[in-house]
Amino acid sequence: MIKASGISKTFKGNIALHPLSFSVERGENMAILGTSGSGKTTTLRMLNRLIEPDAGTVTIDGKEALLQPVEDFRRGIGYVLQHHGLFPHYTVAENIGIVPSLLKWPKEKIKKRVADLLEQLHLPNSYAQKYPHELSGGEQQRVGLARAMAADPPILLMDEPFGALDAVTRAAIASEFKVLPLLQEKTIVFVTHDVQEAITLADKIILLHEGKLQQEGKAADFLFRPINAFVKDFFETNLLQYQLQSLTLKDITASLKISRAGDPKALHSNQNLWEVLQIISTAEESDSFFFRGNDKIYEVNSELIFSALSHFKNSVHA
Amino acid sequence: MRDLLQFMQEQSHKIFSQLLAHIGLTSISLLLAIIIALPVGIFIARKPKWSAPVLGFVGILQTIPSIALLGFMIPLLGIGPVPAIVALFLYALLPIVRNTYTGITQVSAPVTDAARGMGMTPAQILTKVELPLAFPTIMAGIRTAAVINVGVATLAAYIAAGGLGEFIFGGIALNNSNMILAGAIPAALLAIILDYLLSLLQKIKISKIRRRFYLIPLAAILLSSFYLAPSFSGSSLLAGFTPEFMGREDGYLGLKKVYNLDMRSVVVSDAVMYKAAFEKNLDVISGYSTDGRLRAFDLITLVDDKKIFPPYYVAPVIRIEVVQKYPQLESVLNILSGKISDSIMTALNYKVDYLKKSPEKVAKDFLIANNLFHEELAPGKNTIRLGSKIFGEQYILTAMYSMLIRGYTDLKVEAKTGLGGTKICFDALTNDQIDMYPEYTGTALLVILDAKPAVVKGLSGDKNKVYEYVKQQFKKNYDLAWLQPVGFNNTYALMMRREQAKALNVESISQLVQTIGSVK
Repeated sequence: MIKASGISKTFKGNIALHPLSFSVERGENMAILGTSGSGKTTTLRMLNRLIEPDAGTVTIDGKEALLQPVEDFRRGIGYVLQHHGLFPHYTVAENIGIVPSLLKWPKEKIKKRVADLLEQLHLPNSYAQKYPHELSGGEQQRVGLARAMAADPPILLMDEPFGALDAVTRAAIASEFKVLPLLQEKTIVFVTHDVQEAITLADKIILLHEGKLQQEGKAADFLFRPINAFVKDFFETNLLQYQLQSLTLKDITASLKISRAGDPKALHSNQNLWEVLQIISTAEESDSFFFRGNDKIYEVNSELIFSALSHFKNSVHA
Repeated sequence: MRDLLQFMQEQSHKIFSQLLAHIGLTSISLLLAIIIALPVGIFIARKPKWSAPVLGFVGILQTIPSIALLGFMIPLLGIGPVPAIVALFLYALLPIVRNTYTGITQVSAPVTDAARGMGMTPAQILTKVELPLAFPTIMAGIRTAAVINVGVATLAAYIAAGGLGEFIFGGIALNNSNMILAGAIPAALLAIILDYLLSLLQKIKISKIRRRFYLIPLAAILLSSFYLAPSFSGSSLLAGFTPEFMGREDGYLGLKKVYNLDMRSVVVSDAVMYKAAFEKNLDVISGYSTDGRLRAFDLITLVDDKKIFPPYYVAPVIRIEVVQKYPQLESVLNILSGKISDSIMTALNYKVDYLKKSPEKVAKDFLIANNLFHEELAPGKNTIRLGSKIFGEQYILTAMYSMLIRGYTDLKVEAKTGLGGTKICFDALTNDQIDMYPEYTGTALLVILDAKPAVVKGLSGDKNKVYEYVKQQFKKNYDLAWLQPVGFNNTYALMMRREQAKALNVESISQLVQTIGSVK
């Protein structure tokens, strides 16, 4: 879907990004992870040509980005910014309707689409006539997402989408976005410096440092098979938590017992081990937990999770 | 207060036409400034490299004193509305350029970033995002420019562009507060009202701006048309009079009453009047009959055949006790009597004011040429203190008197030249700070003695009667003696270019009035 080949950028003699290649498949979520100044935002902005690469190419659906009229090209890609970037002089409805009106949709269609998006993002319809400054930070961010998705683009780019929010709102919005039906079919590339966000939201991560690619792969690859010392150090704090977050119940079925009886409703095989541990730890000690995976029902408890984790580590290092 | 209202009522027609001219000047220049400054502001917001030089340049324009800027315009554009509008336009640039620049650059980066990211074209970003968000700031700049222009436009009266400055500066020159207020109050109200109207525009809901934005230029064009419609049409001669002359009985009012002079006239400052006459922007001007610029610009004075301008003959005024103490002094000071005619004084003033020669050199050359110069005698112990007012003609006369006193007596001379004005010289004399200074009969009559109109009329502008009257009054009231007049008469006069006067065969004011009548 998105393919970057050898893209690089130099600003006034400083190399912001060494040649970088990656690809994102249709429907995949990719996180660009890194510290400040690592080149992650530069990389993202080259995907919708807000920055033109010095060298290399970006192709979307097999078509080279640079060969298309830039405005038309950008209208086909949703873009969400850290500081939402809502137009302060436009109402929420007008903000959401920007791209559709640039695409000259009929007014009625835009109005319907705005109402539809407000509903999907759990915003009351009365918000349509409010101005951005009347909204809370989390609401502004949701309007920002609605605006990016208004013309239903297949690709969504997000630059630190939750970066400006407080920790509580941030976690709530992040988990809300994760299950949003609106985003399920989309190909998403997002920039973050938050490891947990990358691990929990992305199917795939690229880690940048000082303009260079450090490692590319699934979250578990970084946590169990770090390629170099930088990657290892990067995840060092809270490593256990990250590792638990990077694995889901279905990843550890091999270490669990199949159960004949039990209610599998409480848990879901896509839940990560960290979430499962949180659920278990708040329950009574005598409670048992089950989930359904591969048409079988498994029983799980904290002991089993930790033994599965060490089993997993050993199998990786073997 | 009642005086003021009465004055305003009497002059309401004039106030109204000056007000229209003022509105016209302000709005045309403002409109032009918006047309130029807005794109310039947008340009430097786009190209930050240009912002410092451009803002610096329009800033420098702003620091040029208004009078000086108007002065610079004369050689380029002459007098009248055009140079005034250009000057006002230049003053209006800075606030509009700077606020446009500031307004656009202060639009937050994520907002323009989002606009680009969503696929807006640069033109769409400008018109849909940047200009609407910068609008309140831009309007604030336009308001500042409007208020500045209402103020500066009063100065347009100096270069014959009309406006409320005609009353303000006439009032200042004539020391007539009612006249000042009749110009100043409407000007202040105009500034307040214009600012208020623009503030309403500033508060308009941003989303509705696009359509209403056109209202500004439309309104400005409408207001401008007030001014442009009664433009300087007609073909006869054009007169330029100083604000002071316009308001004086022995000036424009007298010309109208006594001569029935009815010609197109504009108000103009004496600083630019002579030059404007020379450059054929004006045909008739009011000036002083011995002004050096008459000669510099080859102008002639018209004979005041009906004697409306009172005589201003100059003579030494001296304390009587001094004359008695040094009896030889009177005859020495009277040596100049009858030696300097109008044209000679004009030539001397020309050398000092225009050729920038020193008054002493000019005085000495004159005395030598007329065989009046004596080398200094050995000084004795007594001193005579001379005073003079602060302009060239007085310096020359004082220099001559100094040389004569030193050459013909053994008195020492101490010259206190450049005493601010009539009042200062006269007070210095009566308070024994100086012993003598040259004074003008007309000034003595009207300013020092403050003679009643009946008295002035009784003297009927006769130079001898006026001289005898002031001499007698000074002796009676102040113990001051008037010695013999030098000979020239530095009075108000109407002036024309020599060749034009010749071509029209005009030598006197009556002939001018006839000529104008026949041309019409």
